[in-house]
Amino acid sequence: MTLPPSIKKAVERESEGLNKSKSKKLLEETERRFREMSVVPAEAVGVISAQSIGEPGTQMTMRTKHFAGVTEMNVTLGLPRLIEIFDARREPSTPTMTIRLQDDVASDENKVREIAAKILEVSFESIMKEIVIDLLNFKIEVTLDNSSMESFNIDIKDVEKAMNKVFKKHKIVILKSGLIRLSPKDTKTILNLYKMKMKLKSMHIRGVPGIVQVLPIKRRGSWIIMTAGTNLRRVLKVPGVDPTRTFSNNIHEMFRVLGVEAARNSIVNEALGTLKQQGLEVDIRHIMLVADTMTLNGDIRGITRYGISGDKASVLARASFEVPLKHLFNAAVHNEVDNLSSVIENVMINQPIPIGTGLLKLVVKRDKK
Amino acid sequence: MEVVREKIEKLEFKLISPSFMKKMAIVKVITPELYDADGYPVDGGLMDIRMGVVDPGLRCRTCGGRVKECPGHFGFIELARPAVHVRFVPWIIDFLRCTCRKCSRILISPDKIAAYVKDIKKIERQKGELEKWKFIKGVTKRCRTVSKCPYCGEKQSKIKLEKPTTFNEDRIRLTPIDIRERLERIPDEDLLFLGLEPLAGRPEWMIITLLPVPPVTVRPSITLESGQRSEDDLTHKLGDIVRTNQRLFENLNAGAPEIIIDDLWDLLQYHVTTFFANNISQIPPARHRSGRPLKTLAERIKSKEGRFRRNLAGKRVDFSSRTVISPDPHIQINEVGIPQVVAIELTVPERVTEWNKDYLVGFVKRGPTKYPGANYVITPDGKRKKVIPDTVDVILEEIKPGYIVERHMIDRDVVIFNRQPSLHKMSMMAHYVKVLPGKTFRINPCTTTPYNADFDGDEMNLHVPQTEESRAEAEMLMNVANQIITPRYGLPIIGSEQDHISGCYLLTQEGFTLSRSETSQLMMSIGQFEKLPAKKIFTGKEIFSLLLPEDFNFEGKTKRCRRHDKCEGKDCEYDCYVCVENGQLKSGAIDDRSIGAGSGKLYHEFIKFYGTERAIDFFQKVSLLGIKVLNMIGFTVKLSDTDIAPESFSEIKSILNNAEAESYMLIEKYNKRQMRAYPGRTLKETLESNVMSVLNRARNKVSKVVESHTSSKNYTMVMADSGARGSSLNVALIAACVGQTALRGSRINKGYSERVFPHFEKNDLGPGAHGFIRHGYKGGLNPFEFFFHAISGRDSMMDTSMRTPKSGYMQRRLVNALQDIKVHFDGTVRDSSGTVIQFKYGEDGIDVTKSDGGKINVGDIKNEVIG
Repeated sequence: MTLPPSIKKAVERESEGLNKSKSKKLLEETERRFREMSVVPAEAVGVISAQSIGEPGTQMTMRTKHFAGVTEMNVTLGLPRLIEIFDARREPSTPTMTIRLQDDVASDENKVREIAAKILEVSFESIMKEIVIDLLNFKIEVTLDNSSMESFNIDIKDVEKAMNKVFKKHKIVILKSGLIRLSPKDTKTILNLYKMKMKLKSMHIRGVPGIVQVLPIKRRGSWIIMTAGTNLRRVLKVPGVDPTRTFSNNIHEMFRVLGVEAARNSIVNEALGTLKQQGLEVDIRHIMLVADTMTLNGDIRGITRYGISGDKASVLARASFEVPLKHLFNAAVHNEVDNLSSVIENVMINQPIPIGTGLLKLVVKRDKK
Repeated sequence: MEVVREKIEKLEFKLISPSFMKKMAIVKVITPELYDADGYPVDGGLMDIRMGVVDPGLRCRTCGGRVKECPGHFGFIELARPAVHVRFVPWIIDFLRCTCRKCSRILISPDKIAAYVKDIKKIERQKGELEKWKFIKGVTKRCRTVSKCPYCGEKQSKIKLEKPTTFNEDRIRLTPIDIRERLERIPDEDLLFLGLEPLAGRPEWMIITLLPVPPVTVRPSITLESGQRSEDDLTHKLGDIVRTNQRLFENLNAGAPEIIIDDLWDLLQYHVTTFFANNISQIPPARHRSGRPLKTLAERIKSKEGRFRRNLAGKRVDFSSRTVISPDPHIQINEVGIPQVVAIELTVPERVTEWNKDYLVGFVKRGPTKYPGANYVITPDGKRKKVIPDTVDVILEEIKPGYIVERHMIDRDVVIFNRQPSLHKMSMMAHYVKVLPGKTFRINPCTTTPYNADFDGDEMNLHVPQTEESRAEAEMLMNVANQIITPRYGLPIIGSEQDHISGCYLLTQEGFTLSRSETSQLMMSIGQFEKLPAKKIFTGKEIFSLLLPEDFNFEGKTKRCRRHDKCEGKDCEYDCYVCVENGQLKSGAIDDRSIGAGSGKLYHEFIKFYGTERAIDFFQKVSLLGIKVLNMIGFTVKLSDTDIAPESFSEIKSILNNAEAESYMLIEKYNKRQMRAYPGRTLKETLESNVMSVLNRARNKVSKVVESHTSSKNYTMVMADSGARGSSLNVALIAACVGQTALRGSRINKGYSERVFPHFEKNDLGPGAHGFIRHGYKGGLNPFEFFFHAISGRDSMMDTSMRTPKSGYMQRRLVNALQDIKVHFDGTVRDSSGTVIQFKYGEDGIDVTKSDGGKINVGDIKNEVIG
């Protein structure tokens, strides 16, 4: 019996300053306790985990609440968030990132705000006051909003640069007063003009695409940046950002950018955080088991009929969950064989289930008399 | 009935062939008539007694069994013209589109097929069966668009499916006969690429020529009180099929015009389709005479009420009981009080041996009516004999070792007790029987938390294990003692509740004393009969210590601990540090943190040192002590508990006034556009969140004021302080101010245009106009406030009622996904197919229930071992 590294380390730490026999005694006693604490083979750990996560679900709120301590931002919490995590949705309903900064930056508020401003996506729409399609002269006229440009710290030159890039072929007139005239070069249809207007409105001027809101907040002495909208790949490259402690709440994004192990850890952290925020305590083991099951084959599978439950080998197990007929007909056409190796099939046919005491076969040696 | 002791090894799924159908069938059904004039089932009819019997008294003509003995036998109907099976249409359309219309070969050239065969084998080997079929689906899809047969060069035409069961080729209808002909011609080796495993059967079997008739036992008829017979939905549907089929036969034989034949054929197709599934979207559902849609085969299998979830995954049981529960703190925590009427009805089988013969004969002698007696005796050859006054003597004479006596339940029998919803394993625990007078199940209030039960009319279920094996398992694994610590987070979920905590809290206050006689009275009433120390006056802490073992040590904090920077430990001036040294409570008041259910650290420590069996007894005594203390000193909640002093009343008033003034200031700022919006928020949202936080802060301040102005003699506050029930906020709600009500998480904004009630000014953004309640419940709300309160109450009720099914579904999915996962003998965690999920459970292999809150505390071990 070997102790896991974390416990071994704890023993080493505790036995500092002890003499040899005492530290040996401590190690032995720890090993003995550890053996006593070990799980028993055949224990139905899956069901225990599922129950431990599902049971507190009844005590959770449905509401989206404000983020702890910060009134400015809305984040999905409680039961809807938990369901979202286990469903492995492509896009969370409120994508956010927690950006941690490098130590030398994290304590300096001005620098943090600078980075935050750099990350925030500024689109053309947010700095303009009015946009008009002039059908008579066949052009688009825009009035810029000087005050918001000032607050985003954007110069008219930045706008010019961006426009030249996007509307290369077209005629652009920019006046100092903040008036922009854009006339299309060749096409003369109203539809095209309208399309141009939409393109102009959504034009990217500065920042990381996808980040619609940034919020620097102070947590335990150092500054971090919370965002609404995510773009992990780009944010990790921003100078000043600590790429090792920055993450997104979009599990699939974590998977794309950082790999499965990161995705698994992010499932654990997100689920644990959601439960903790509601004041519900659940041991990390249970969530780890769910996360491991979800990321088992190098991809993220949700706990849905298309994910884990749909990938089961047993026909009856799948049929007993959802859409039984589909599974039965498919099974017939594919000549599937159910080996009755999991729990639910054996419940169905009234046989002992292969888990817990049902797994054991007892052989008694009898004295011959 | 015979007991089958064979084990089913595997189930194989296949298509059924007409020849097999004919072989397994026993009757050819030819007439839609069910019964003759005498009410006897007609031969060759749908209720033919060769297909099984449902009437008592009749015997099956195939196996000779009576009702419940005969499992039923299949029949068949020979269709005059073939019909399409609706559920196979997706495959049939693929077969038609992807094979040549002339030679019926698959529309893939031979060299490509060879390549595909290789790919398929590779995928199956590497990724498994499921991926293989996904790949094949893609192959099939690709040859839908091929326009020329690579074998015979025939030009292919488009085949359209007119849902649900009509196929058209270039606007010309393909009859099921045509389709069947084409399918018959497809060679076996092409089938795999069309998504059909050749071993599963032939494609033409998807077109029905012979229809199996399910046994009568599957569709039993019921006799109404009036003596009239009412047939099952399936029988009705089969009747339709037979009737139409006969007509079609007759018309065919008579050489009727094609239109009539086609019409009848379509009708037959409709009936066959609805026989399988009656909710196909393109056709009207077949209805019963009363207008109710018929429940045919698909509906029998599907959904929550279907065969799978209703009858296969969950089953009805015998030897169970259900009634209202009520509390009894005097019984042990692992006992359950059972009314005698239940104990007489539910029995425990016990095998007669040489050694217990006299004991069991005693039960039989008393018979079924006198408790504790016996209801049945089972002879060694399996005959069940009822014990009644007429038979007692005979049974008593023949009884000998090998017989089984089904005796009444008696004290110390093991039963499984359950309350729905069974959300975790602690919802089903094994208790020991305690037969009590009355008509309700009695449980110790300490076990309400794991069951999530209360006594406002809750009912609970009880099951009596019937074999030695199951009894042993229940006693060893499901016993209440083994469920004390929840695997969710590793603390005791069974502990003291409500009055137990208030009682112990008051008892262990500094300055609480009782005389020697009072103390012995108290100890006697909880069943603690040890000798008292030679003392005249006992402090409360000393009395509590009487229950503690002499070598028990514990240190912990109380709920009231104010988290001073430097903890004074035992010398805490607020008595907030619980310290037990050698079985003596030295300091600290006992409260929720020490003995509460779901949090009790003292209880947890007790279990660690003395085990769960002793803990059960200890918990019960401590809880009972709490109750008896309250009985002795008197404990009541009174209206004056929520009285507040005049000076704090004015303080509260000023807090509320200030808050209102502050929010009006915010509103003014907003109106003058002097407010700055939060990034990403509108100005209005910013205002709302600011006003909300101002008002919430005010209410919290009020609750602080109320808390600081109540005396320790105030029993309502005692409950809050000890963590027994409620909080100081609840008192503040009654005494001073209800605060802001919420609808969908924000202030109330619904109602009339620009105002909630017509009595407010339009666009009034003030606290009062949007649901701020400045009065307390006791002072009384004004009509507006009352309305706001009702709105908010309804909203939170909606929230609860939406949440329950959602979280229930999430749990169902979680359990379904994880139910096969177990720890294997090598310590790895695997699923049913043997795939490793974790190499060590939770990465360290520690069982949460046996751990120290999910961890192993090396520091503690050091202190214990080395000191």
